[in-house]
Amino acid sequence: MAAMTYRDALRQALDDAMKEDQSIVVMGEEVGRYGGAYGVTKDLIKTHGPERLIDTPISEPAIIGAAVGAAMTGLRPIAELMYIDFLGMTMDQLANQAAKIRYMFGGQIGVPMVLRTQGGTGRSAGAQHSQSLEGWVMHTPGLRLAMPATVQDAYHLLRQSLTKPDPVVFIEHKALYTRKEEVDLTSEPLPWGKAAVRREGGDLVIVTYSRQVIYALEAAQKLAAKGIEATVIDLRTLNPLDFDTVRQHVERVGKAMVVSEGVMTSGVAAELAARISEECFDFLEQPVVRVAGEDIPISVSQELESGSVPSTSLIAEVAEKMLS
Amino acid sequence: MNLKPNTNLSSLYRTMRRIRTFEERVGELFIRGQSAGSMLHLSIGEESSAAGVCAVMKPQDTFTTHHRGHGIFLARGADPKRMMAEIGGKETGYCHGKGGSMHIADMALGHLGANAIVGGGIPAVVGAGLSSKRLKQDSVSVAFFGDGAMQQGILYESMNMAALWDLPVLFVCINNQYGMGTRIDQATRNTAFDQRAKAFGLNGTVVNGLDVEEVQAAARWLMDEARNGKPGFLSVEVYRFFGHARMDKSPYRDEAEELEGRKKDPVLFARNKLIETGLETEPALDETDRTIAAEMDATIDFTVESKAPQLNTMFRDVYAVGEPEPEPVRTRIDRVLAREDV
Repeated sequence: MAAMTYRDALRQALDDAMKEDQSIVVMGEEVGRYGGAYGVTKDLIKTHGPERLIDTPISEPAIIGAAVGAAMTGLRPIAELMYIDFLGMTMDQLANQAAKIRYMFGGQIGVPMVLRTQGGTGRSAGAQHSQSLEGWVMHTPGLRLAMPATVQDAYHLLRQSLTKPDPVVFIEHKALYTRKEEVDLTSEPLPWGKAAVRREGGDLVIVTYSRQVIYALEAAQKLAAKGIEATVIDLRTLNPLDFDTVRQHVERVGKAMVVSEGVMTSGVAAELAARISEECFDFLEQPVVRVAGEDIPISVSQELESGSVPSTSLIAEVAEKMLS
Repeated sequence: MNLKPNTNLSSLYRTMRRIRTFEERVGELFIRGQSAGSMLHLSIGEESSAAGVCAVMKPQDTFTTHHRGHGIFLARGADPKRMMAEIGGKETGYCHGKGGSMHIADMALGHLGANAIVGGGIPAVVGAGLSSKRLKQDSVSVAFFGDGAMQQGILYESMNMAALWDLPVLFVCINNQYGMGTRIDQATRNTAFDQRAKAFGLNGTVVNGLDVEEVQAAARWLMDEARNGKPGFLSVEVYRFFGHARMDKSPYRDEAEELEGRKKDPVLFARNKLIETGLETEPALDETDRTIAAEMDATIDFTVESKAPQLNTMFRDVYAVGEPEPEPVRTRIDRVLAREDV
């Protein structure tokens, strides 16, 4: 065991994977000489060279589009989208090309690429650099979607993503890069597509992913001091979605809260709440509650920014209301 | 087939005639109600672009096409039966009925896919060029698109990258003068498209598509350069003889223009050239045409006789075999409604 940051775990995953698989190339804005806008690819160019750490012009559609073509012809590209907000620039190449190529062409070929990006709030980055757009991705069949919350998962989910036959969108959380945890990178990883039960309690199930897992665990600790024991499920991947684990715990406990940083309407939280309501109906003692981002753009002001997305205190407050 | 071996123009003529006849049969398939939908974009009048460029491609080369790509795929060696069956949405088609006219592909022939998004398939050749260079595949990747895509930003992002990274890539614009119903001079001020490519550091040239041998010569130079890491751009000037798609009667252009445009017929031009130069006789060409007509007639029969795909194949190919599959909506509903009394 050693203490490591989320950022360093990601870099280690890239470094290890690139050593094992020579077909991997990283392409994106500032991934090479600069080392990545958030430092994830720092110094990788020194080990793997500019042929594999490919600095691109600021051309998001062509970055993703070129990764699609490279993936179809023998490389395993990692295309980095500096901010998930830039999906607006490149959604055609992701949703109409990468996601549909295997299907449209009758299974002849896949697109084994990883789109690495980061999203979420926490850095006063404003409305165009702080969104949680995983709902767009989850709404597009053909794309796998991984969102690590822990440092261990940052490493293992990225390594696993780099072995998948289909395009994986890998969304990091910008507020987690400096988070440090004890990790054992040599340990056996959880299977791909399996949720992790981070905490088990009999009063309430909190289903979430990415940074909100950290908030939910903090909230659960506060709640425990008041005698409320929550189960916290970290979904880890939203596609595939491990609903069996969710069902099992919701049926056991009877109360469910879903937490997502994305806006509430038509989002990931909406999908999860609908599924729990449909499939666990007879076990629910009360409606599923969604704790999600406000249906508004993100502000630069720290007060407005943090106030517009779920937080430890909001999760704890809602949990208490649900149990009162 | 009735061909004189080693006669370049005979071979090109045969390719173009096969494209022309295939496209005519696509129209017939539609009229007979056997096509999957009406989004069928015929390349009649544009055959020289497909035949001329594909003639200089090597087996290891790859390509993407636009929505008007039947001719390119045929020129590359596609089986017209499997193509027609795909256009009919049948299981015997190249993509088992999931792709159709606008989403046809064949990895064996290096066809990385036709595309129904204007410009959508262009950046893939940049990626294929990266693969070629890094994996030493000695292949050139060719993007075929129409003049409509000349106004899409993705083309210029792709040109810029191809030039920046010295990639073995060729961009081929088949300028048929129309983006759907909008004539090219209604879409852009400067129609000298090669200037745009040159501005990004590519080789670029414009060729009249009337004479397929001129197209071939221009393509050969650009392909040779591209294989050595200097990407290129070729604009082939042609005229789209018919409407945008099968339902389009071209109300946006007058008959006089169409009649004039259809005089620029690369198939007829090649035919006359073969006869005038004594390479072929008219009866021999008639025989070639008849043989091709019979071949293409058979594609319709094959399509009509082929089965539609089984309904349960719809869940296949979203993800790779062995990976978690989408759960059918009916299964989910049944599970929800099958609750036991608690």
